[in-house]
Amino acid sequence: MKVQEIQKKNTNSLSQELSRLNLLREDAVRLYYYMVLTREFENSILKLYRQGKIIGGAYTGNGNEATSVGSCFALRKSDYLFPMHRDIGAHFVKGQTPYQLYLQHLARGSGFTRGRDGTGHYADTELRIYGNISHLAAMIPLANGVALAVKNRKEDSVVLNYIGDGGSNVGDFHEALAMASVMKLPLILIIENNQFAYSTPLHKQYACKNLSDRAIGYGIPGVTVDGTDILQVYAETKKAVERARAGDGPSLIESVTMRMHGHSAHDDASYVPKEMYEIWNKRDPIRQFERKLFDWGILDEDEKIKMSEEINHTLTTSAEDAVKEPYPHGSEVTDGVFAKI
Amino acid sequence: MPVQSYIEAISAALWEEMERDKEVFLLGEDIGVYGGAFKVTKGFLEKFGEERVIDTVLAEAAIIGAATGAALVGMRPVAEMQFADFVTCGFNQLVNNTASIHYRWGLPVPMVVRLPSGGNIHGGPFHSRNPESWFFHQPGLKLVAPSTAYDAKGLLKAAIRDPDPVLFFEYKYLYRRIKGEVPSDDYVVPIGRADVKRKGNDATIITYGPTVHVALDAAHDIAGSDEYDVEVLDLRSLMPFDKEAILQSVKRTNKVLILHEDTLTGGIGGEIAAFINENAFEYLDAPVRRLGACDTPVPYAPTLETEFLPGKEKVLKNLKELLEY
Repeated sequence: MKVQEIQKKNTNSLSQELSRLNLLREDAVRLYYYMVLTREFENSILKLYRQGKIIGGAYTGNGNEATSVGSCFALRKSDYLFPMHRDIGAHFVKGQTPYQLYLQHLARGSGFTRGRDGTGHYADTELRIYGNISHLAAMIPLANGVALAVKNRKEDSVVLNYIGDGGSNVGDFHEALAMASVMKLPLILIIENNQFAYSTPLHKQYACKNLSDRAIGYGIPGVTVDGTDILQVYAETKKAVERARAGDGPSLIESVTMRMHGHSAHDDASYVPKEMYEIWNKRDPIRQFERKLFDWGILDEDEKIKMSEEINHTLTTSAEDAVKEPYPHGSEVTDGVFAKI
Repeated sequence: MPVQSYIEAISAALWEEMERDKEVFLLGEDIGVYGGAFKVTKGFLEKFGEERVIDTVLAEAAIIGAATGAALVGMRPVAEMQFADFVTCGFNQLVNNTASIHYRWGLPVPMVVRLPSGGNIHGGPFHSRNPESWFFHQPGLKLVAPSTAYDAKGLLKAAIRDPDPVLFFEYKYLYRRIKGEVPSDDYVVPIGRADVKRKGNDATIITYGPTVHVALDAAHDIAGSDEYDVEVLDLRSLMPFDKEAILQSVKRTNKVLILHEDTLTGGIGGEIAAFINENAFEYLDAPVRRLGACDTPVPYAPTLETEFLPGKEKVLKNLKELLEY
């Protein structure tokens, strides 16, 4: 489905949409808050990278905030999250703090991975977040494993996992969906179709109409949503979550967005046609939702400024505190290869 | 003590561990209804049900990945590769996900992958491999390779109870050819401990898996013909390997032949040889020798495979040269 067609469907008034989705006005404000927090956090990550404080790579999900926040908002605390590197929003919705994420990005010894790995590649068992490895599709079979454990233990949790348009070509994607579909595992897999796999555009990646069409091959529901529309993302994810929780098996959601930054901070993305940025900029997920909240009197300019100030204060102090933490000591390098020696 | 075959000992270990701990479950191709390509899990589905004996889709990455995910949340999966050769299809899962999780996340990954390994069964290039050296080089994986029914049962139980991912190399050639006394009481063979399978003073054959039996045959023959007394040290665990046991034996016999069924170049024998050279050079009366399979894919024709494998004649030739050095 083309993006323009998706947009046309989005004609309901916000209040109607909220009541249809069983969301309170406070929920709408929280959705907005998490998106702003995500963007500001990622902007600060880029700043820390440019200051040389974050070494290695810095990835953002600019343009993906509605997909990341809206989908994770459909989860319960007891559900499992397998996020990708463009899903910082989901980490926040799940309860992660900026301070912890800074420690992790800064490779500090007190971070979740004790400097063994960077970015969002950590696990927080308390919040049930299991970060990705760089071979992104390799996480889908793991998500299946958690879903299998949940199912066999008769728990009613579900597992939410993301993959990119590029990653949906990897064998693990197909193997995992084959397994999840026949075993009816409580898995929700979201393809974040952000137009580019690093520099490779969509027409070089797949020849089907929509990536959600791939669901047909596995006999599971597949739907394409406008990934810049947070309520639409939330609504479709919620349906898939309910289906998984009821024991009816996995779902595939294609969320169409645009990667507004390069693959990572080093990439100027000169291969992206300028018009694409212009088109997608008009559909910025945060401003799009902000307009709705303003129109419906859920948020005003003063509240917006106040929220923004609070976010920036939290981020500034968290980053300052995290930067002060030391790297792990070099002598720890061989620690922890095994749980039991 | 009751006598069991090597394959019966493996089945018994799985059965008893599943009875002991409800978190233990099995997954793999054709392991349920069919009972496994080699019938290791025959009767398991009827006893434990399809949630604990899972016939999976034919997809090794999905199998190993699912085992890893389930282990992350505290279950104790035992995944079967139908043949060890097929583990290549799940290679990325094992080396990038499974192996590094504890180092990166500090979380235990208590899972086992069973790998029916080795040649001598007319399996040809794709049903005969010994893939241990690929994983030996990957920090974070434990590797065990039993040669007897007793060790197979005890090591599999230890592997299932271990908090780390363990690759369990079991040998198709030994399944029904090797029998031995196996206690009916619960026991484990600790991971990381070698075992002297034959005492001797004139040289040590360091080996594991099916070539333990080749080494024992050769040692027996050479004791009869030349009155040499050759020790056979069965590593049993490849990672970690028993450095203490190796040093003790080498310091006593002063001559070493390292033997494995895997192809020679880049095999585990090279690492063992380097370890001995670094730690017991002064005790050596001869250069450390290695013997493995030819550096070729595993051939199909019996004439070729016999030539390919490190059989008894080759071991005897190497031993004689070593002993006469």
